Amino acid sequence: MAEILKCRPLVAGRARGSIMVTRQSISFWGGVDPANGRILDPRHDLFDQSIAGRVLAFPFGKGSAAAPLVLLELSGQGTGPAAIINIDTDPLLVAGPIISRHFYGRAAPVVLLTEEAFDRLRTGDDAVVDGVSGEITIHP
Amino acid sequence: MYLTDQEKKMRDGRLGEAAGMAMAILVDLCEAVGAPEMVEISHVHTDSGFYFGDAGLAFVEHLAALGGKVAVPTSMNNTSFDIERGRDYGVPEVLVQKIKRLEQAHLAMGASPSWTCAPYQNGILPEPGAMVAWSESNAIVFANSVLGARTNRTGDLVDICCALTGRAPKTGLYLDENRRAVVHIAVDEFSAEAFTDARFYPLLGYHIGRECGHRVVAVTGIPKTVTMDDLKGLGAAAASSGATALFHVVGVTPEAPSLAACLSREVPVDVLSFTPEALRQAEALLWTAEGDRLDWVGFGCPHFSFREFTRLAQCIEGRKVHENVACTVFTSRKILRRAESAGLLEPLRAAGIEIYVDGCLLLYPQSLKPAGTMMSNSVKAANYIFSQSGYRAAYGSIRECFASAVAGKIVRRPPAWLRS
Repeated sequence: MAEILKCRPLVAGRARGSIMVTRQSISFWGGVDPANGRILDPRHDLFDQSIAGRVLAFPFGKGSAAAPLVLLELSGQGTGPAAIINIDTDPLLVAGPIISRHFYGRAAPVVLLTEEAFDRLRTGDDAVVDGVSGEITIHP
Repeated sequence: MYLTDQEKKMRDGRLGEAAGMAMAILVDLCEAVGAPEMVEISHVHTDSGFYFGDAGLAFVEHLAALGGKVAVPTSMNNTSFDIERGRDYGVPEVLVQKIKRLEQAHLAMGASPSWTCAPYQNGILPEPGAMVAWSESNAIVFANSVLGARTNRTGDLVDICCALTGRAPKTGLYLDENRRAVVHIAVDEFSAEAFTDARFYPLLGYHIGRECGHRVVAVTGIPKTVTMDDLKGLGAAAASSGATALFHVVGVTPEAPSLAACLSREVPVDVLSFTPEALRQAEALLWTAEGDRLDWVGFGCPHFSFREFTRLAQCIEGRKVHENVACTVFTSRKILRRAESAGLLEPLRAAGIEIYVDGCLLLYPQSLKPAGTMMSNSVKAANYIFSQSGYRAAYGSIRECFASAVAGKIVRRPPAWLRS
């Protein structure tokens, strides 16, 4: 049965994909390979997995102010996440999808969940992220 | 959100298509992060000239093709490589051409080709209280902390939007209440010699970044004799190990005439100390070199200052860099000219030191050797070269780094003030 989680949309849009969840933060600059969307940091628990087309859930961003450049590149190459779910707002993480929307006419929605709702996410579940109505529909 | 009539005109494209696109992006950003209005800015330091891939290049060329012009003076951050001499160390021609296209697009929009990560060493010194939008973590922390100007951690590509509009989302460090420290670091138990040793400050910064993340920090116990290069190294290290965008040094930096003046009045302040033991731990974490093996000595992260060139020149004493070691300096075109006319470069080149402009020390080895050991006077460089490219790192003063380059192996003794 589908489960619906209320979320706060930061970047509007609607996307569907398989959830990939981590409790670690992600540094896009130097941390993700734009050629294939793979996580490059050997210390990361998503190491060597590709975020391309996934509904990527991580608590918050970290690292360099170059994140928008990396996220736009991922979007341009089609190797970026389908949607981003965070707990805390990070201006550097929303900027990439916003620029992508104005430049490419498409953007991964970015939404916020409470910590409690975030804990309900399971890697591999199918999700529809609606960054307009503010709902995430999960099909286990 | 609130927009002035001028900002609405801009958003609607009535002041040009490029400004329209830039303003529409900034409006969306304000709404996403909850900024109620824009702040008028007087200067931008942009990292949009950094080539990372074709998407960023296409975006910048698009803004230039739409006729975009910067609305406020705009300087450019460093790029990856020395634009004219990158070929000397194996940078592929196709990459050089793309960097040149980025340069052309920025010049067409009216940005100045400063190509440096240390604009504050190149006469770009916003007044205390000035609202600016800077990119590049070490420049951001220097502008906020040492100059007392105000900037957030402006993202790449967002910075060029700020330049075309003269606006930024009014949040974060533009606001008084967010500029007060929520952590107090008391520097304790060090003898006076520590404070005149350039090795001290970057390690303090590395500790601050690790302990405090993005929180604003007030440091006490630092004498007024601390130099600009010391504060540059401290800030660069803190911004690389954490996300420090503002620190106060009580009695030294402009917003901290006293501890009370710069501490938060709303949130309880964490009090931490920085002792010789914490400094030892910071260096042990940073030090990833194995034994005394050395391949490369790198200076200029952030870009070498004129004073640092002077200091390096004093260390040469007729000696030459060992044949198995590369020794490089990265700086800006402007400082290169100044050091050249002061006669500082001749002895360096005679010693076998390679001097480059525009680019980034951290990207230098990419085209040369995939792995090895680097020694630097920069904690930022030692930190990133390991985490980003797997190079092992050692740390030392300018004198120790050059002595190691000559010896062909790491030569380093712990400072006398640290021996227990």
